[in-house]
Amino acid sequence: MARMKFLCDSERCIECNACVTACKNEHEVPWGINRRRVVTLNDGQKGERSISMACMHCEDAPCMAVCPVDCFYKTEEGVVLHSKDLCIGCGYCFYACPFGAPQYPKVGNFGSRGKMDKCTFCAGGPEADNSKEEYAKYGANRLAEGKLPLCAEMCSTKALLAGDGDVIASIYKERVSRRGYGSGAWGWSTAYKGGLGA
Amino acid sequence: MTNFKRGFLAILALIAVAAISPVSAQQQPPANNDAVLLEQLKAPVQGRVSIPDAKSGTLIQPQGREWREMREGPLKSVGGWLLVLVVLALAAFMALRGRIKVDHGMSGRTIERFNGVERFAHWLVASCFIVLGLSGLNLTFGLSIVRPIVGPEAFASLTQAGKIAHNYLSFPFCLGVLLMAAMWIRHNIFNAVDAEWFAQGGGLLKKDVHPPAGKFNGGQKVLFWLVVLGSVALAVSGYMLMFPFYFTDIAGMQLSQLVHAIAGILLVAVILAHIYIGSIGMEGAFDAMGSGQVDVNWAKEHHSLWVKEQLGGKAAADD
Repeated sequence: MARMKFLCDSERCIECNACVTACKNEHEVPWGINRRRVVTLNDGQKGERSISMACMHCEDAPCMAVCPVDCFYKTEEGVVLHSKDLCIGCGYCFYACPFGAPQYPKVGNFGSRGKMDKCTFCAGGPEADNSKEEYAKYGANRLAEGKLPLCAEMCSTKALLAGDGDVIASIYKERVSRRGYGSGAWGWSTAYKGGLGA
Repeated sequence: MTNFKRGFLAILALIAVAAISPVSAQQQPPANNDAVLLEQLKAPVQGRVSIPDAKSGTLIQPQGREWREMREGPLKSVGGWLLVLVVLALAAFMALRGRIKVDHGMSGRTIERFNGVERFAHWLVASCFIVLGLSGLNLTFGLSIVRPIVGPEAFASLTQAGKIAHNYLSFPFCLGVLLMAAMWIRHNIFNAVDAEWFAQGGGLLKKDVHPPAGKFNGGQKVLFWLVVLGSVALAVSGYMLMFPFYFTDIAGMQLSQLVHAIAGILLVAVILAHIYIGSIGMEGAFDAMGSGQVDVNWAKEHHSLWVKEQLGGKAAADD
């Protein structure tokens, strides 16, 4: 079975934010929650890079390791998902996550967090595939329909790649060897053992 | 002419540099392999985002790994064993020393040790602390102890309720600690009497040994300061966690969590010993916070200077 991954080619990303918008629309993500975001480094300076970032579905996922109620699980395709029925909104996954992926709706008093929300690699949650309940909690389950994440599918420059990790890594490596440069697969060395080389 | 020649050469050099530099910039982008990236990843990678959530401008925060290692490592292992050791030590103390009796027997006459306001503050703090402590321990150790017994759903509901209780009870807890601090701080300044008390092991280890003490003995003064200072650490770090990212960034949040967890475990360890000696560990001790009236013989043995102060010449005449 394929091991699903995201890869953002920062030489190609033009910070159009279409991935962010596509994600919000596809999953009807509430206000204030961003499952995906585009971060621009060295903005306006030499070496400016934009990188589209969401949950990287890490191999040894830190969120899973620190969760006090163990609400996370990993699918056969390496996608890290969680149960909103179990989540208590403690915020620990955000402290552990290197990519700032977990998001929390503000509910109740103080800065109290609601149940965590994050990128599902368009793979829904523990409920029945494409059920109403699954959609309400986690958004669309495109993987169950045989489709890949919409953010990457919408990407006009094909900077954002999503799919089988080996396939997208080879596409990226081919690009790098053709154009002679590339600033690396952002986050891969953090999320996966061996990084891009593996 | 030489000046013109020099100027011309300088312009030529500038053109050459300008022509070469874009090429070299392209050939050597900021980071073109994982090794360079890893080197960069020792510090957070900070950028700009166009969404309102400014903190999401941090692309990668590698220090989350250290926080995870601390929480999953020493916090659970050292913290867990510390609590087990404290319980074992108290059990061993009970087995060896037994219940500390009033050596002269109960007199049947009592004296007021803590008034209503003092007892109210104590039990306000105590009842909040029990819920705060248990819900806090559950957040750290519940996954390996409670969850296997009650199952994932019940454990999640329990932990959720614990989180809400933990948030709300922090307010009365802090109020109670402030009250206790205001009422008792003047009795808890260390002095020469305490040095003697510690030198004699507080009289806890042997029968018929009763070093003099005022309203609070040396051990109680240590407890007072541990509770007050521990509560300050817990309150500051706790409100940081309760109002996430209001006052600090991700590094501050991680630090707050660790400070809160460590201070919490240490205070639970201290309070376990306090509960022991204030209940089953010593005859007559519970009355001080129960009815507020303690037996005069108990008071003479454990707080001789305070009794003298309270009863004036009468106590001296009795002796």
